Amino acid sequence: MKIIYLDNNATTQVAEEVLEVMTPYFRELYGNPSSMHTFGGQVGQKIRIAREQVAQLLGASPEEIIFTSCGTESDNSAIRSALLTRPDKKHIVISRVEHPAIHALCSHLGSQGYKITELPVDKNGILDLENLEKSLTSDTAIVSLMWGNNETGVIFPVEEAARLAHEKGILFHTDAVQAAGKIPINMKNNVIDMLSISGHKLHAPKGIGILYIRRGTKFSPFLIGGHQEKGRRGGTENTPSIIGLGRACELAASNIEKENTYVRRLRDKLERELIKKIPQSRVNGDIVNRLPNTTNISFEFVEGEAILLLMNELGICASSGSACTSGSLQPSHVLRAMGVPFTMAHGSIRFSLSVYNTEEEVDFIIDKMPAIIERLRGMSPFWNKAAQSCTNQ
Amino acid sequence: MWEYTDKVKEYFLNPRNVGEIENPDGVAEVGSLACGDALKLTFKLDENKRIKDAKFKTFGCASAIASSSALTEMIKGMTVDEALKVSNQDIAKFLGGLPDEKMHCSVMGKQALEKAIENYRGAAPLEAGAKIICECFGVTDKEIERAVRENNLLTVEDVTNYTKAGGGCGGCQDAIAQIIEKVRSEPKMDSKPKLTNLQKIRLIEDTIDREIRPSLKHDGGDIEILDIIGNRVIVAMRGACSTCKASDITLKDFVQHRLQELVSPDITVEEASK
Repeated sequence: MKIIYLDNNATTQVAEEVLEVMTPYFRELYGNPSSMHTFGGQVGQKIRIAREQVAQLLGASPEEIIFTSCGTESDNSAIRSALLTRPDKKHIVISRVEHPAIHALCSHLGSQGYKITELPVDKNGILDLENLEKSLTSDTAIVSLMWGNNETGVIFPVEEAARLAHEKGILFHTDAVQAAGKIPINMKNNVIDMLSISGHKLHAPKGIGILYIRRGTKFSPFLIGGHQEKGRRGGTENTPSIIGLGRACELAASNIEKENTYVRRLRDKLERELIKKIPQSRVNGDIVNRLPNTTNISFEFVEGEAILLLMNELGICASSGSACTSGSLQPSHVLRAMGVPFTMAHGSIRFSLSVYNTEEEVDFIIDKMPAIIERLRGMSPFWNKAAQSCTNQ
Repeated sequence: MWEYTDKVKEYFLNPRNVGEIENPDGVAEVGSLACGDALKLTFKLDENKRIKDAKFKTFGCASAIASSSALTEMIKGMTVDEALKVSNQDIAKFLGGLPDEKMHCSVMGKQALEKAIENYRGAAPLEAGAKIICECFGVTDKEIERAVRENNLLTVEDVTNYTKAGGGCGGCQDAIAQIIEKVRSEPKMDSKPKLTNLQKIRLIEDTIDREIRPSLKHDGGDIEILDIIGNRVIVAMRGACSTCKASDITLKDFVQHRLQELVSPDITVEEASK
């Protein structure tokens, strides 16, 4: 069975070009970049180039980039560093729709005596900057807001938010794991202090991430060990992945236009046709301020896990915000924060595309989804009643 | 990804008995859209008062659909009294097991069945006076008590897996812990309904599979039931146990003790002569 992969916000395939540059660093060039001999030292050269490639994608300087093991490590490092370098401040501001790497960390810090403010979003998942402004106090150490939401693709005005935080002398971090490579990011045009990226969301391998730290920002390392990353992150470098991530960032920079034309057009077509063909379905999240590759669609009166498993029978891969797939008994915290009604939240499906998707794949999904939803609605005790009462939607 | 058995997958992909019976003898709806799963069960009796047909409509995940479908298959041909004896464990077992986190799907089937039979009998709801404990999922104290009793639940997390109670805001978790405490402290005899022979044999097998064998396997041993005569359970010790000098102690202090505790205080365990 052919796999049709529209779950690129979960993870992406490693690009062929990326794998190609990585392979030599497993067997032929396995040296430790910290070694004195040329055999190891030459790998250090390659890491320097990778760092430049990453910096290039972000409009940053190479020394502002540290390599980590994943987005979660980057997020954890940023928040903990802010608290350690501002030990007198005990308040953190985040949003209600952050990724667990921030959300769960802050819940944990909340139990350790820190005060956490979770900013609400409106029904479209949009953040109100006035609320942010009001939440900032003299005790606030850091504001952390995601750039693009992983479930809905909704984009937060993080550059504006960072300015507001800075006006009050507060640090600003953003989780840009979903945004990087999909929308332009230029750190020269903003005042964001720290930014997290994960390799496997942009066609580099899993197990590699970066934390951007603006020059001049005080930093307290999370992993303490050797002098790697100028003492800012101990641990022998994951050389193949770092070199792969460098290449992936280079590719992402050259693909960003394609993301916003080709991928956006496919996403829009998928969304438009599904909404048209399937009654009582709707898009979750603002459709203007949104990443070009993501759509989150709810199909009312059916349950997401059941939808995913029927899609799975056809080789179609996507995600759901339903309770049964969230690992808890409640639907996704993002959809709940947006006030999406339960009838809709349980039946939400996230499709996330990449430059590797084709029009044929999108057409196949458009062709197959209506029957899947109809089949489950045929089993749903709520469907007949509901269909009778609102046939004009 | 959930690890569903082939049977769960089969009953989800090709569910039996989807729909609603017109003019049913018994009907019940349990669950709600807010909870994420709901089941409407209808059944019809034949002239001998046996369940001739049963149908379901379910909103929910794959295991909810499979559990509902399995239930309708299981109760066909039964009298309502027989059907009432079908437990959520039976539903799960019919499907070759369910992931722990999905046991509430089998409990939903059991609840619908009881309500549909109540509806048929026109009896007042059995659980008058029940109090809502979990506001998020509308679960009552009686429902929690029963799940704890019938499934031998020990922790709040178990209760959440089986009833959903406590899985929302978590505000009722202390109350759930108190209910567990209360049920566990009930005299054992009261909590055990009289078993038919068949049920007893099943329960013995079940207890050995679930409570005993894993511990023995951990030490490289195993146990096999050879016969069950009344309250006498005849077993053979296998693997490391068969040569272990302490296997007598294992047999009396562990195997027999667990069976007495969980099945009946009258159980004795004997090793078949080698």
